[in-house]
Amino acid sequence: MARINMVQAINLALRQEMERDKDVVLIGEDVGKDGGVFRITEGLLEKFPDRIFDTPLAESSIIGTAIGMSAYGLKPVAEIQFMGFIYACIEQLFSHASRIRSRSRGRYSCPLVIRTPYGLGIKPPELHSESTEALFCHMPGIKVVVPSSPYNAKGLLVSAIRDPDPVIFLEPTRLYRLIKEEVPDTEYTIPLGKARVMQEGKEITVLAWGSMLHRVLECVEGFDAEVIDLMCLSPYDEETILMSVKKTGRVVIVHEATRNCGFGAELSAFIAEEAMLHLKSPIIRVTGLDAVIPMARLEDYYAPTKEKIVSALKKVMEY
Amino acid sequence: MPESVIEKFEVRHLKILDEKGNADTALLPNLSDSDLKKLFELIILSRQFDQRALQLHAEGRLGTYASILGQEASQIGSAFALEKTDWVFPSFRENAVYITLGFPIWMLFQYWTGDERGMETPDDLNIFPVCVPVGTQPPHAVGAAFAAKVKGHKTAAVTYFGDGGSSKGDFYESMNLAGVYKLPVVFICQNNQWAISVPRERQTAAKTIAQKACACGFEGIQVDGNDIFAVYKATKDALAKAKNGGGPTLIECFTYRMGDHTTADDASRYRPKEDLEKWKLKDPLLRLKLYMEKKGLWTQAYEDEVRKKITELVDNEIKKAESESLPDPKDIINFTYKELTQRQKKELETL
Repeated sequence: MARINMVQAINLALRQEMERDKDVVLIGEDVGKDGGVFRITEGLLEKFPDRIFDTPLAESSIIGTAIGMSAYGLKPVAEIQFMGFIYACIEQLFSHASRIRSRSRGRYSCPLVIRTPYGLGIKPPELHSESTEALFCHMPGIKVVVPSSPYNAKGLLVSAIRDPDPVIFLEPTRLYRLIKEEVPDTEYTIPLGKARVMQEGKEITVLAWGSMLHRVLECVEGFDAEVIDLMCLSPYDEETILMSVKKTGRVVIVHEATRNCGFGAELSAFIAEEAMLHLKSPIIRVTGLDAVIPMARLEDYYAPTKEKIVSALKKVMEY
Repeated sequence: MPESVIEKFEVRHLKILDEKGNADTALLPNLSDSDLKKLFELIILSRQFDQRALQLHAEGRLGTYASILGQEASQIGSAFALEKTDWVFPSFRENAVYITLGFPIWMLFQYWTGDERGMETPDDLNIFPVCVPVGTQPPHAVGAAFAAKVKGHKTAAVTYFGDGGSSKGDFYESMNLAGVYKLPVVFICQNNQWAISVPRERQTAAKTIAQKACACGFEGIQVDGNDIFAVYKATKDALAKAKNGGGPTLIECFTYRMGDHTTADDASRYRPKEDLEKWKLKDPLLRLKLYMEKKGLWTQAYEDEVRKKITELVDNEIKKAESESLPDPKDIINFTYKELTQRQKKELETL
């Protein structure tokens, strides 16, 4: 047990899973000697020289190769350097990884993990701050996981690696080195598809994931809010959400991603379908703007700010 | 400083059996009389499968179908060189590859009627299901070859695609990666001269597709795709090279799509009539027959007997495919994940 950050926790999960299962291999750009641009895989090449592979700079073939590897019997963990570069892989993900189990009626499957840094917070060049998680939630056959702390990053990644189906593991760049917490060296898993209630409350349900969870936690003082960290967006924990909403009757959903067809739209529709009569106020989404994610100078204007979140919390209370 | 030439490339073209059935004995691969008969019978079987599929489509008993007519030597010659344990990643026009590997024929018919159960590969084969998005499957072969290498298996992976597929990014990306890691993979391009209506000249200004391997650091070879011996030899050699650590090979089978792109296409809108006449003379079955006749392995009586036997076989396979019950609607959901989500479990109850 040691106090470590998310980078170290993910590194630990990878190392321990590679020690445990010799079929786990890593592929991606700069994942070898360089240890990844965020140093997630630092030190692993020395330990597993025959199982970590720097690939040519071609994202689609990274995923395509991982598909073939996983169908053959390996468990590849592929890194796409930034979420903005995963768009080159959409065909491999949507036309293959997600449906090879179905296409072959279960004869073949793709137990692969795609790790990719995502979201705002580090003020990088264009396309390095994307938050398009909803795209992947729309495709059956893929699971979408978003950790929010070192502890759950480790447990969720271990589950993702052991999962029999493709998992997209979105790592919030803002959180990589922001928080340290106690993370056990010993093996543990966190089931995919289960949310965690971060703090209990009776009057508002706030749904968030990844880095927005922490912003929400900074805003709820003075409100009797139940804060739920979804952790897994596809599949998501319908039961925990409904239980909370039926108790509080008020819902605020916070995400960085663009509002239009963002994942908040799915959550909002689900709650409306299942718990309409429990609602005391309209569901409010606090989201990114319907615009291309800006570069550094305007980044703070795009994302849900504390003011916007607090204002939403007040609004559902005052309705 | 003067400029200098720092690299030169050559592309070989391999042809062993000519249109008159004469073979170059120095290049002739080691095929027994019984192998020759098998190849001959596989061409007839694949052609009958193809013709019956087109008929069934016309009768409304089969869905959209992609004919293999003209490409039998490319498919059978290459697949015949494979071992059962090799991994195969086809496109959507490789029915004769499936048939040569021993994939149940009734399941192929079942698939083309629109029933995914037909693509549940039997456990003793490692062929992937039909891949519809053009040129996206070569990376999967590279991944399988990579896995075989990591695991220390003496196995190779083979992928099939067309001249159209050779224009896709995944084709270049996967060949490039295979070259870097010297992976045991064979890229087989069936250059049938057409991507629906777009001719080969509109896919690339390069003289051959084979030469695209040069940029990836390994050999590309063009073979006469209607010469079953040339295709077999090139594939056999490439597989041996792959399994002995020699890395990948690109084989361009120079052939011709004698049919429409699919049953939804009408090639008379764009294909010159004289092309068909010219390519009929290069028919892969005809030249194998002439060769076998010279060797005393072919008689009309033998062919009649083979055709009769195969007609019965194909009849029975169609009967079996059509006697299968409808798939369970629950199967729409059943194979999405190994373990279904809570919502999917509820959706199952609606089916």
